[in-house]
Amino acid sequence: MHAENEKNSKIIEFAALGLMVPIITFGIYVIAHGHLTPGGGFQGGAIMATAFALLFVSLGKKAIESIKGEVLVALECIALIGFIGIAFLGMGNTFFFNFLANSGVLFGEKVPFGPNSGIFSSAGVIPLMNFFVGLEVCCGLTLIFFLIFKGAD
Amino acid sequence: MKQLKLVFFSIFAFFFVFAMLMLRPFGSPQRTSMDHYIIENSQKEAACNNVVSAVVFDYRGFDTLGESTVLFAAVSGVFLLFRRK
Repeated sequence: MHAENEKNSKIIEFAALGLMVPIITFGIYVIAHGHLTPGGGFQGGAIMATAFALLFVSLGKKAIESIKGEVLVALECIALIGFIGIAFLGMGNTFFFNFLANSGVLFGEKVPFGPNSGIFSSAGVIPLMNFFVGLEVCCGLTLIFFLIFKGAD
Repeated sequence: MKQLKLVFFSIFAFFFVFAMLMLRPFGSPQRTSMDHYIIENSQKEAACNNVVSAVVFDYRGFDTLGESTVLFAAVSGVFLLFRRK
């Protein structure tokens, strides 16, 4: 691959940047509604990582140079530490105890038994864990793409 | 060698057909107490409408911790493989 001879067309660059917005929005939606609808942290993080893969494929060297790998590493480590930290916060009962569920504070509303009532502010620590896992998966997969694209030229 | 392959294949096919004949009828799994417990109690205990999410992040949270650690290890391996000196 010769980076000097590469010249992407403006159409591809513009379409990729335009497509990134709905893809990332959909990924955030899947992560945020992980406790209500099918999906969750892993799936939403993978969807968001595909947006960055599209960015690397379409923009090439420009995208590689504009993203710093250290930021991705730091975000991934913060997400994993946050996930384990939330698990440790429930240590009053057990590891991974859902201490926020039914507490009435943050995401602490009760849900009635039966069909999905769609209460967003429910499920205790599950939305927070979804957020951290989604951040970790997104940053991890983006880091893999980033390193492979960087090593390829 | 060809006979050996045939013998292994027939043993595998025998067990496969045997297992197919032993299948339980559709819709009646053998043990359902755990399924019923999770379906009936996840909305009360975990306050979560999505039962799969309740299992993955609450009842079996340790499994999710292992999964994210595996992903972290994979990323670390790629990082080591593609590092610049």
